Amino acid sequence: MSLAQGLLAEDLAELPSRRAEDWRWTDLRGLIRQPLPVSRQLGETVQSGGPFAALGADEFVIANGRLNWWPADDLSGGLKFFQHQAPDASRLAERLPMARLAASHAGGPAANILEFGAGTPVALVRFVSRAETTAHHARLGVVVKSGARATLLESYEGAGGDYVSNVLLEIFLEAGARLERIVLLDDVASGVSVSTAEVFLAPEAAYAQTVLAGGAKRQRIETRLAHPGGGASVRLDGVYLLNEQRQADITTVVTHEGVDGATDQLTKGVVTDQARGVFQGRIVVQPGADRTDARMGHHALILSDRAEVDAKPELEIFADDVACAHGNTVGALDEEALFYAEQRGIPEADARAMLTEAFVGEVVDRIAHEGAREVVRAWVAGRLGGQG
Amino acid sequence: MLSIRNLSATIDGKTILNGLSLELPAGEVHAIMGPNGAGKSTLSYVLTGRDGYEVTGGSVTLNGEDLLALKPSERAARGVFLSFQYPTEIPGVPALTFLRTALNAQHRARGEPEIAAPAFLKLVREQAAALKIDFEMLRRALNVGFSGGEKKRMEILQMAVLSPKLAILDETDSGLDIDALRIVAEGVNAMRSPARSTLVITHYQRLLDYIVPDRVHVLVGGRIVASGGPELAHELEREGYDKYAAVAA
Repeated sequence: MSLAQGLLAEDLAELPSRRAEDWRWTDLRGLIRQPLPVSRQLGETVQSGGPFAALGADEFVIANGRLNWWPADDLSGGLKFFQHQAPDASRLAERLPMARLAASHAGGPAANILEFGAGTPVALVRFVSRAETTAHHARLGVVVKSGARATLLESYEGAGGDYVSNVLLEIFLEAGARLERIVLLDDVASGVSVSTAEVFLAPEAAYAQTVLAGGAKRQRIETRLAHPGGGASVRLDGVYLLNEQRQADITTVVTHEGVDGATDQLTKGVVTDQARGVFQGRIVVQPGADRTDARMGHHALILSDRAEVDAKPELEIFADDVACAHGNTVGALDEEALFYAEQRGIPEADARAMLTEAFVGEVVDRIAHEGAREVVRAWVAGRLGGQG
Repeated sequence: MLSIRNLSATIDGKTILNGLSLELPAGEVHAIMGPNGAGKSTLSYVLTGRDGYEVTGGSVTLNGEDLLALKPSERAARGVFLSFQYPTEIPGVPALTFLRTALNAQHRARGEPEIAAPAFLKLVREQAAALKIDFEMLRRALNVGFSGGEKKRMEILQMAVLSPKLAILDETDSGLDIDALRIVAEGVNAMRSPARSTLVITHYQRLLDYIVPDRVHVLVGGRIVASGGPELAHELEREGYDKYAAVAA
């Protein structure tokens, strides 16, 4: 199975550039000017670990784009893992150039499929990059069966440098299935990391997602979701915490296709130094998707003069009797609150950390899985402490 | 205790305090009264070290230590407490968490051991009950969605828990109905002690019927233009500040 490819000469012209409206703040064509060989296949098994290790979930490791470890004979109840003919990816070409590359370069016609069955199964999927100036692609299918109340813990763990990591997930929720997906991205500062998820919901399904982005040279987490309405519910949350020259781009597109759909989105970001945060959120309510209830919030704190936030919330409504709202704020830490805390005896640096953590905490509190919520809370505290 | 000598301060180059002097001995309660724009709130912010206020002359010492050289949190750890005229909302931080963080930060700064959770909760429960604050409210984000009266009671609760040496009450009566005023005043009176000095800043005499001061000072044009006993507050209430305007000019 050595069909995996890096970035070929002919791929370079396919990379999304700033001329593409959806990629204007994450220009990959301008950044990646040379072909990159495919990342090496690791000779060793990646040690059990990652940010969610303490939660003891079944662990699936994809290292440098290749399946590195999975509990072959020892899967917990409700989980299945198998190879299957990959879905046709030609639909991806126009809209999702990086997803198309992942589908064509990940290697082999068979895709890895992780299936959540009845009960409350939890799986940990780790995308590990240990690469220097190479590229790798991965593709994973996720199926959540009717009646399952599943949790997908997903981590991106980078080591080395100057790599390009490109992941495509295709997530299918059957009628009545529930999935909470928590994505934590810890890439190295010089890495380029793109993760695209296409999510397909059946009626009465519930999908909740929290993305936590630590940034990289370029880090793009895109979620495309087809919303059938009909009692299905969606929560799409995000946090980006960026320092130095890191960039992160959280992009979501939710397309409401049927009546009575609900979407609730909240993203918060904190940027300092020369970091750059990007939020693009689009909610499309198609003709006939009446009585859609959609709300989207994006709020960012800019803690230094040279940091930047680019936000583009969009609502496109072509249906009737629709409740849509969006709020978008970008600003500095509230100086009055800061002084109030200092006046009570809390030193300035601690007061700043407390207020920023509280700002982000609103998103963290919405994570349903208790163990994951505490992991995320600690990750946020660690990041913000480091930003001083 | 608190000694303010010839203090001058500006905001954006505009002089607000203009040679203000005041001695507040340990154990006493002094009131500062004055018309709008006299510099009352500026005084409270200069004493606590808020950004944007530039001290252009004079000195402030607390027990002999130069207060103006210290950061706001260091002043707090030395025992300076301000009950804000408009308490700030702190979204996402429960009142209990905020208060415990503040108390322990002060303890650390003074080299004292941190207070354990059970002892802290006991202390807060007692003080909250005395101020008729529903304990459940302390689990909510501090001041977020609180009424004006609730915010002011929360200020006094924080004061009771932090037990300052110098308490500055800035227009604590504003926005309070008569029942809330009485509760707040009782809270302040309960804290009168030989080790604590209190500066009550107010526009009206009403609060001083409940918190009877040892001395009353009239602040006009950025300095103290008259001082007297509690009866001075009643005189101001009857006659207004007009006669002092000429003195200040």
